[in-house]
Amino acid sequence: MNTVSSPVPPAAAEPGHAPSYLQDGHGIKSWIMTLDHKRIGVLYLISILAAMFLGGLFAMLIRTELLTPAKTVMEAETYNRVFTLHGAIMIFLFIIPGIPAALGNFVLPLMLGARDVAFPRLNRLSWHLYVIGALFAVYSLIHGGADTGWTFYTPYSTTTTSAVVPITFGAFILGFSSILTGLNFIVTIHRFRPPGMGWFRMPLFLWALYATAIIQVLATPVLGITLLLLIVERVLGVGIFDPTLGGDPVLFQHFFWFYSHPAVYIMILPAMGVISELVSTFSRKHIFGYKAIAYSSVAIAFLSFLVWGHHMFVSGQSPMANMIFSALTFSVAIPSAVKVFNWVATMYKGSIKMDAPMTYTVAFILLFGIGGLTGLFLGALATDVHLHDTYFVVAHFHYTMMGGVLMAFMGGLHYWWPKIFGRMYNEKLANIASLMIVVGFNITFLSQFIMGSLGMPRRYYNYRPEFASYHQWSTAGAFLQAIGFILVAVYLIHSLRRGRLAPANPWGSATLEWRCASPPPTENFATQPTAGDPYDLKPLVFDPKLGGFTYRAESAEGVA
Amino acid sequence: MIHSLPAVLASLVPLRASNAFWLPEEGTAAAGQVDWLFNLILGISVFFFALIAVLTIYFLLRYRRRQGIEAGQPPTHHTWLEITWTVIPTIIVIVIFYFGFTGYMDMKIAPENALEIQVTGQKWQWLFSYPNGHVDPDLHVPVDQPVKLIMTSEDVIHGFFIPDFRQKMDVVPGRYSTVWFNVTRPGKHIIFCTQYCGRGHSDMSAWVVVHPPGEYEKWLTEAGDELSKLPPAAAGEKLYLTRGCKQCHTIDGGASTGPSFLGMFGRSEAMKDGSKLTVDENYIREAIIDPQAKVVAGYQPVMPTYKGKLKDNEITVIIEYLKTLKR
Ligand code: HEM
Ligand SMILES: [Cu+2]
Repeated sequence: MNTVSSPVPPAAAEPGHAPSYLQDGHGIKSWIMTLDHKRIGVLYLISILAAMFLGGLFAMLIRTELLTPAKTVMEAETYNRVFTLHGAIMIFLFIIPGIPAALGNFVLPLMLGARDVAFPRLNRLSWHLYVIGALFAVYSLIHGGADTGWTFYTPYSTTTTSAVVPITFGAFILGFSSILTGLNFIVTIHRFRPPGMGWFRMPLFLWALYATAIIQVLATPVLGITLLLLIVERVLGVGIFDPTLGGDPVLFQHFFWFYSHPAVYIMILPAMGVISELVSTFSRKHIFGYKAIAYSSVAIAFLSFLVWGHHMFVSGQSPMANMIFSALTFSVAIPSAVKVFNWVATMYKGSIKMDAPMTYTVAFILLFGIGGLTGLFLGALATDVHLHDTYFVVAHFHYTMMGGVLMAFMGGLHYWWPKIFGRMYNEKLANIASLMIVVGFNITFLSQFIMGSLGMPRRYYNYRPEFASYHQWSTAGAFLQAIGFILVAVYLIHSLRRGRLAPANPWGSATLEWRCASPPPTENFATQPTAGDPYDLKPLVFDPKLGGFTYRAESAEGVA
Repeated sequence: MIHSLPAVLASLVPLRASNAFWLPEEGTAAAGQVDWLFNLILGISVFFFALIAVLTIYFLLRYRRRQGIEAGQPPTHHTWLEITWTVIPTIIVIVIFYFGFTGYMDMKIAPENALEIQVTGQKWQWLFSYPNGHVDPDLHVPVDQPVKLIMTSEDVIHGFFIPDFRQKMDVVPGRYSTVWFNVTRPGKHIIFCTQYCGRGHSDMSAWVVVHPPGEYEKWLTEAGDELSKLPPAAAGEKLYLTRGCKQCHTIDGGASTGPSFLGMFGRSEAMKDGSKLTVDENYIREAIIDPQAKVVAGYQPVMPTYKGKLKDNEITVIIEYLKTLKR
C-alpha cells in the first residue's frame, strides 16, 4: 500500500451558513418536483418505509394465520394473496430499492463531495416511476390481489383468475425505476469523483453501489421482457409459457431467475457496502483488506449472472446443467466469506462503540453468516433436492435478506439519520429496539430451518399438526419483532422534533458526507473538497463541545 | 447396488448419531447418504459460525471503547492471511460440491429393473396408475424393490416430495419427469406437493404404503377387482372420492370450484354462453371427457379432462352414483 499521507481535509463547514436542504422550499410541490438528490432520497425513504410497513402488516397476517394447523383467521384464497403481496411488496418495493435508492441517493453525491447526481431529472423520474409502479400494486390489491407468489410461476400465473396483470405491470414499471437509478449512479461515479479520489480511494459503499448499478442495468431488462411476455400471454392468449398453448412453463423460470438471482445481489451488495463503512467507523479502525472487499463486490456482481439455475435443481433441468450451476453457486460463496472475514478483522484492536449502527452491523455479520452458510446446504445438489421449496429455503432467504439487507439498512438508517434530518435519536431506545428485533428475528426463523429440514413445505395454508410448535414459536418471534419495529418508528419520529441537534460528524467517519453540515445545505459543498483515504480515522478526535468529531487541530489548518 | 464414495465414507464416519431433531425418518438407503452430507455441511457451518461469533464477541468485549485509549494500528491488510482465508473455504466448497453431485447422481439414475408407476398431479390430488390399470389415490410399493415414478401434470406445475426419502421432483404439464427410490422397510410415508398450485396446495398430500414381501401383488390384484365387485352406485362413489372429483364438487350443496352434485341429475342448468340444458347421461359424459365444451354459468373453465383416464364403464358407474344424490 502506498504510504502517502492523506491530503489535509478542510474544516467542517460551519453550521448555519446556508439554509439546509430541508428549509430550502416549502410545500408539497417543492418536494415532489424537486431535483435535489437529498430530497429525492428522503422521498424514497418515506415511500420505502411505507412499503416496509405494508409488507410487514402482511407478514403479521401470515404468521397469525399459521398459528394453528387449520384455518385461524382467513380462508386459503385470502392467505395465498397475503403471502404473494408480502413477498412482492418486500422484494420489489422495499429490499431492492431500499439501500441504493433511499440511502444511496442521499449519500452518493455527498460521498463524492459533489453537488448532485449526474442526471437530476432522471433521478426524479426514477422516483415518479417507483410511485406509479407502487400504485399498480395497490390497484391490484384493491381488485382482490394476485395469488401467484412473488415468483409468478407459469402456467399457474397465466391461468389463475386473480389480478395478476396489474401487479406484474407494476413490477415492470418498477424495473425501469431501478434501471434509471443504476444508470445515474454509474455515470455519477465515473464523472464526479473529487480530486484525490482514485478508484481505490473510493469509499466501499460507492464500490458496492457501482457493482449494484451494473447488475441493475444489465439484469433488470430481462425481468421487464419476461413480465411483458407474461402479460401478452394472459391478455392475448399467445402461447409462450403455457403448454396448452404450445409454450414452455420452465422457460419462464429460466427468464425469471436470470433476473431474480442477480437481484438478490442487487439487494445484498449495497448492504455489504454499508457494513464496510460502519464497521470501520465504529471500531475507529481502517477497514481491513480494502482491495479484497472492493474486488469481491465486482466478483460477486459478475458471478451472480451465472448461477440462476440453482433455483431450478428439481425443475427437470438436466443433471449436467445442475452440476454446472451447483459448482458456480459455490464460487459465489467465496467472495461473500472473504468479506465477512475482513469485517471481523477490522474490529481487531479497534476501539469499538456499540452505538445503534454498530449493533446492527454485528447483527448483520452474524445473521448474514448463517444465511450464507445455509446457502451451502442449498447449493449442494443432494441436500437441495430435499430442502428445495421447504421452510428451510424460506429461512435461508430471510436470514440473507432480513438478517442481512434489512439489518444493514437499519444500521445505515441510524448512521445517516443525523446527517439526513439533523437530529440525534434516543440511543438507549435504539439499542433496546435492535435487541428485540434481533432476538425476535432468530426465534422466527431458526424454527423455520428446523421444520423445513423436517419436511414442512413452503406456501402452505394448512399444515400437519407435528409442525405446530415450530410455527407457534415462529409467530411469537414475529410479534416480538413487530414491537421492536414500532419502537423504532416511535423514537425516530420523536427525534425529528425533539432530538438533540446533530453535529456535522457525530460518529467520527472520514468519508466526505460528514464534512458538510447536518443537515447539508442544498448545494452540499461550497467547493468540491479534496478526498483523502476514506478510512484514515486517526486525525479525527471527539470534541465534547460539539458532541461530535472534528479534525485534530495540528492536522487541519484553519481550525480554531 | 451403487457403491459411491459418500456411501463408503458414510459407513466410516459416525456422523449420523441422531437426526430426529433436524431430519425426518430415513426411509431409504439414499436418505442416509443425503443425511450424511447434511450433517457434514452442518458441522462445517457450525464451526465457521462459531469461529466468527466467538471472534466478534471477543473483539467487542476486549476492544470496547474506553476513555483515553485509542484504537491500535495493526496493518490494514495482510496478503498471506487473506490468501489463506480464501483458499481454505475454496477447498471446503469443492468437497461439498463433490459429495452433493455424486449423491445426487445416485438418486437420479434408476436401475434397469425398477418397477414403473405412473403419477398424475392435478389440482389438488395425486393419482397413481399401476401396471394392471388400477388407479389409486395413494402410492403402494413393495419393500426392497427399486420403484421408478413417471410423472406428469394435468394443469399447473406441482412438486412431488417424499421427505422420508429425501426425494423431490417438479411435475410439469406437457412433459414427463421421474424419481426413483428403494424402500428398506415396510411402513407409511407422507407425500407433499411442494410447488405452489393454488387453493388446495397444502392439502395435496398422499401416502406411500410400503408392503412387506409378497403383499404388494396381493394388494394390487384385489384393488384392481374392487370396483367390479361393488354395486354400480357404490363403485361410482369410490371413483368420486379417489379420482379428484371431490376436490372441486361437493355432494351436500356447498359451494366450491365447480357446481355441487347434490340434485344435479335432471336439473336445468344455465350455461356460460347463455344456453340452457337439462343434466342427463350424455351431458355428464361430455362434461367429464370434454369439460370445456359447455361451462356452467358462474364457473371458470378450469376442470381437467378425464379423457383416457376414466374408462367407459367407470363413467357409467359415476353417472349411476350421481343419480342417487337427490335433494
Ligand atoms: C453464500 C451465498 C449464497 C448461496 C450459496 C445461496 C444459495 C442459494 C440456493 C442454492 C438457493 C435455491 C434453493 C432452492 O430453491 O432450493 C437459494 C435461494 C434463495 N436465496 Fe440464496 N444463496 C446465497 C446468498 C443469498 C443472498 C445474499 C441472498 C439475498 C440477499 C439470497 C437470497 C435467496 C432467495 C431470495 C432465495 C429463494 C427465492 C425463492 O425461491 O423464493 N441468497 N440460495
Ligand atoms: Cu439464487
